[in-house]
This record gives sequence, C-alpha cells and structure tokens, in this order.
Amino acid sequence: MAAVLTVLFNGIAYGFLLFIMSVGLSVSLGMMNFVNLAQASFSMLGGYAMVAATQRFGVPFLASLPIAFLAAAAASVLIERLVLRHFYDTDDLTQVLLTLGLVFMSIAAVTYFWGGSYQRFDLPAWLTGQQDVLGLTLETYRIFLVLTGALLAALLIFGLERTRFGAMVRACVDNQRVAGACGLNTQLIFAGAFAIGGGLAGLGGALAANLLGLDPNFPLRYLVYILIIVSVGGMGTISGTLAAGLALGTADVMGKYYFPQFGGVAIYAATVAVMLWRPHGLMGRRA
Amino acid sequence: MSAVPEWFAGKARWSGFEIAFWCALAGAYFLPNIDIALLSQIFIWGLFAMSLDLLLGYRGIASLGHAAFFGAGAYCAGFLGKYGWGEPVSGLLISMLPAAALGWLTGKLVQRVSGVALLMVTLGLNLILFDFVQRSTALTGGDDGLQGIAVDPLLGLFRFDIFGRTAYWYSLGALFALFVFLRAFVHSPFGLALTGSRENARRMIMLGSPVEGDISIVFAVSAAAAAAAGALLTQTTQFVSPATLSFQRSADVLVMLIIGGAGRLYGGLIGALIFLVMKDWLAALSPVYWYFWIGLLLVLVVSFFRKGVLPSLETGMRGLIARLGKARGGGPPA
Repeated sequence: MAAVLTVLFNGIAYGFLLFIMSVGLSVSLGMMNFVNLAQASFSMLGGYAMVAATQRFGVPFLASLPIAFLAAAAASVLIERLVLRHFYDTDDLTQVLLTLGLVFMSIAAVTYFWGGSYQRFDLPAWLTGQQDVLGLTLETYRIFLVLTGALLAALLIFGLERTRFGAMVRACVDNQRVAGACGLNTQLIFAGAFAIGGGLAGLGGALAANLLGLDPNFPLRYLVYILIIVSVGGMGTISGTLAAGLALGTADVMGKYYFPQFGGVAIYAATVAVMLWRPHGLMGRRA
Repeated sequence: MSAVPEWFAGKARWSGFEIAFWCALAGAYFLPNIDIALLSQIFIWGLFAMSLDLLLGYRGIASLGHAAFFGAGAYCAGFLGKYGWGEPVSGLLISMLPAAALGWLTGKLVQRVSGVALLMVTLGLNLILFDFVQRSTALTGGDDGLQGIAVDPLLGLFRFDIFGRTAYWYSLGALFALFVFLRAFVHSPFGLALTGSRENARRMIMLGSPVEGDISIVFAVSAAAAAAAGALLTQTTQFVSPATLSFQRSADVLVMLIIGGAGRLYGGLIGALIFLVMKDWLAALSPVYWYFWIGLLLVLVVSFFRKGVLPSLETGMRGLIARLGKARGGGPPA
C-alpha cells in the first residue's frame, strides 16, 4: 500500500510539473485561439537559464528560479511581439507549422551554445535525500515540487478569479471583441498573459531539469504531453489544465510502474476518446 | 452552355510543363555525378507528401499523424517480404489495403471534429500505432526493426542492386503510376466535390453532396497512397523500423507539403525535393545544426509564401505573362 502511495505521489509531482509547463499554452489558446508549440521551447530556455545561473555564476538554486522565469518571460514577449502576433488571424495549421519551425530553430540554437549532451547540475543539499512523511518515504525534491506546484496553481486561480488583471484576462477569453469594445487594451493584456505563461513554462523547465533531464531535444519530448494536457483539460481554463496535468502525470508514472507493457497507449487512447467526445476539452466551454 | 465542363476538361489536360517535368525526372538518371539514392528518397517522400496533399490540399483536413499510414504500408510490405511473398509489385499493391481500411476508419472517426481536436485525434492515433509497434518486439523486432526482408527481382528481371538503380526506376515508376491515378481522381467529379466541400461545406450539402461520407473515402485513398510510399521504402531498403511511424516523420511530411504548396499534387514533390536536397547539403555542412535552417525555411514560408513555393511561383508567372501581354498591346482573354 505504501509503495502504491509513493508511486502516486511521484505521479502527482510529475503532474504539477506538466501543469506549470502547459498553463501558458492553455491561456494563449483560450485567449487568442493561438496554437503555440514554442511553449515547449520556453520551458527548455528556462531550464538552460537556471543551469547557466547556478553552474556558471554560482547563483543559489532558489534564486535561479526567478531568473529562469524572467528569461523565459522576456523571450516569449519578444517572440510574441516580433513574430507570433502577425499570425493571430491564420488557421490552426499555419500556427502549428510556424511555431514548430521556431521549435526546430530553438533546438539547433541551444545545441550551438550548450552542446547536444544532457546538462548536469547539482541540487542544493537541502533538496536532496528523502523525508519520512506520514509513514511514507518520499524524495525531498518531489515534495518541494508538489508544494511549489500547489502554491503556483493556487496563486494562478486566485489571480484569475480575484484580481483586476485576472478579470480582464477572463473577459478577453470569453469574447475578445466585446472586451476590446469595452475599452480594454486586448493586445496589452494578451502580451501580459503571454509573458506570464511563457515565464511559467520557463519556471517549469527549470524545475524539471533535475527530474526529466535537460538536453536540446527537451521540447520535442514534452511537446506532445503539453498538447494533450491543454486540449484534454480545455483551453483557457486553469483548473482544467491542472486536472488534466495531474491525471496525465499520475497515469504516466503509475502506468510505467505497474503496466509497462502498455506504454503510452492508454493515455493516447484516452486523449483520442476525449477529443472525439468533447472537442473543446473536458472543462472547455463551447467556442 | 458547355463552357463549364470544357473549363474542367482543360484543367485535366496534360500541359507541356508537366510532360517536361516527368521527362526531367527520368532523364536525371543519366546525368553524371547524380545521387540516384537521394533522388529515390525524393520520389518516395514526394509520393508520401502527395498523399497528404489529397487530404489537406483538396479536402482541407489537416493531419498530424500521416506517418501512421506510411508506417502501416512499410510494415505490411516488410511482413510480406519476410514471410515469403517477395514479388514487389503485388506486394506493393497488397500493402495498400490495410492502410486503406485504417484510413477509412480514421475518416469515420474524425468526420465531425475540426481544428485543434482534429490535430490531436490524428496525432493520438499515430502515437498509439507507434507505441504498439515499438513494444511488440516479438512481432516487429521493436526498435531494432524488422530484419530479413527478401524482395524478388522486379518483374522477375531486375534485381535490387546495391547502387539503387532498380530502386530508382521502381520508385519513379510507382510514383508516376500513382500520380496518374491521383491526378485522375482529383479531376473526377468526386474530386471536384471534395474541393467544393473544402471551400464551403454548407453549400455542398445544399447541393446534395454527401460531405461527411466523402471524408472517409478521401482518407482511405490518401492512406493507401501513403502506404504505397512506405512499402516502396521497405522494398528498396529491405528494412523497416518504428521510425517510419514516428511523429517526426508526420511533422516532416507536413513541412515538405507546406514548403512545396498544398492543393496541386506537384507541391508535395517540389517540397520533398527542396527539403531533402537542402537537408543533404546542410547536413554535409554541419551535421548538428541543419534543423535550424529547416526551421527558418518553415517560418519564412508560412510568413511570406502563405500558400507554399509552387503556388507563389505560379502567381508570379501569371502576373509576368499578363504584364508582357499588356506591353504588347493585347491583354489576355478574360
């Protein structure tokens, strides 16, 4: 029983990571109906920013996380203003191809600067080892991940439901034209939301580097999972993305432990079934 | 009264450009220093991209999982070769059948979804097949691929030699035969109805055209053509691995089609030519970074030639001809 609970806990930790990496895409899809695969590249960028800060400049791990957030947020705003905003009125496929091109470029660029091998870095001593919690032996880093993820999810949901900026974002998700007609600067709000989403992706990448491994192929490896989470959870809903992220994380880890012969088939089949049953995602509203 | 059928018939007629294009492909073999292995790859990928064009270009259905059909054909041809059916031409034709059935089913599944959901369903189906093949090591050899595929001499006369001469003519012949079929298909009334559904599905329903049922048929035809490309790859290399089914392959073929231009069959061929020649050239320059330039090309193509290289060239040519005509004093007939 304890073993099952430990595996479940690991799955939840993984799910929170996936949630942090995906939530930005959920917002951009919900607001602008923009399929931004480059989200996965922002995650990778955050990871490399963290590694560079801690390994090259000796920044402590905790302090390197905001750096990863800011680096990815800055990059996402830059890309959004320079490239992506010209493609808001195009179809899904064009957006997929455009951002896939950006992903290819980011992979090659990162290989150029950092080489193709996995990045190695050391966690601070207080995050390594294991802790006994309620009779379970859990890895300290995963506990840290779950706490961070839960805190971020709570902040995001609170921010979206209770703050002025959150209300503006929700207005834009619901009906961008009417929101604009009411005097909201939708472009600015979108750029802000996009920056937060990109920054979170970067933070997710920095947190994931230790657990998932960081190399130039990181975006391609997690792109499919990010897409599944966002489309299954429902675009533009934080809680849907959170639920889908946790479900996918637990299903993936539990599946690998207990049903290794099935691999990802169950997850992919569930995705196909959900998409056929509810094309806008489980918690998505009808567009 | 007969102007409209005549216009369509004119569209279906072979132009001098087309005849020259196919003669050039055949003639390329005799050029000195030509890389015929690369050209054979271009034919196979070109056929694959052409099959996707049927879906995307003519019916407006995007698929992120077209490698599923390519891989189905590749594995089918592999199994045939491994278990004693070495005759290549009939093997190629047989390999198209399971994929066609798979495509028909996929069409049935996706006929009501669109946009992101459609991309996710096709991607998901592709991933399921990939995972299954990769894990069924007893059946497929898993990541090591299927070994020991024997292919008989083509027509009982030409062995598949290590220089790829037979492979060249075989893939070119198969490509041309399928192209002629697909060309007739898209110019048939059924093919024209597909284009109509792409442009305005509601209006086609008003005209009494079975818009949704058509999707599974075009999926089946497209899947069969993709499977033929996969079978060609297996037969000419005598090897098949799960990479034939990978998401990477699905993405690459989409990139080729978009670079070349969707909606005119030749776009896939031109796209495969540009992509593979570029890859060959860039990978020789820098084996690690060539994907950067493919990515940049993709970004530039969707930014500046929204319709792909071939249609943009066509528009440019037409503009030039019109201008020349005006300069001579007589405009082109309206």
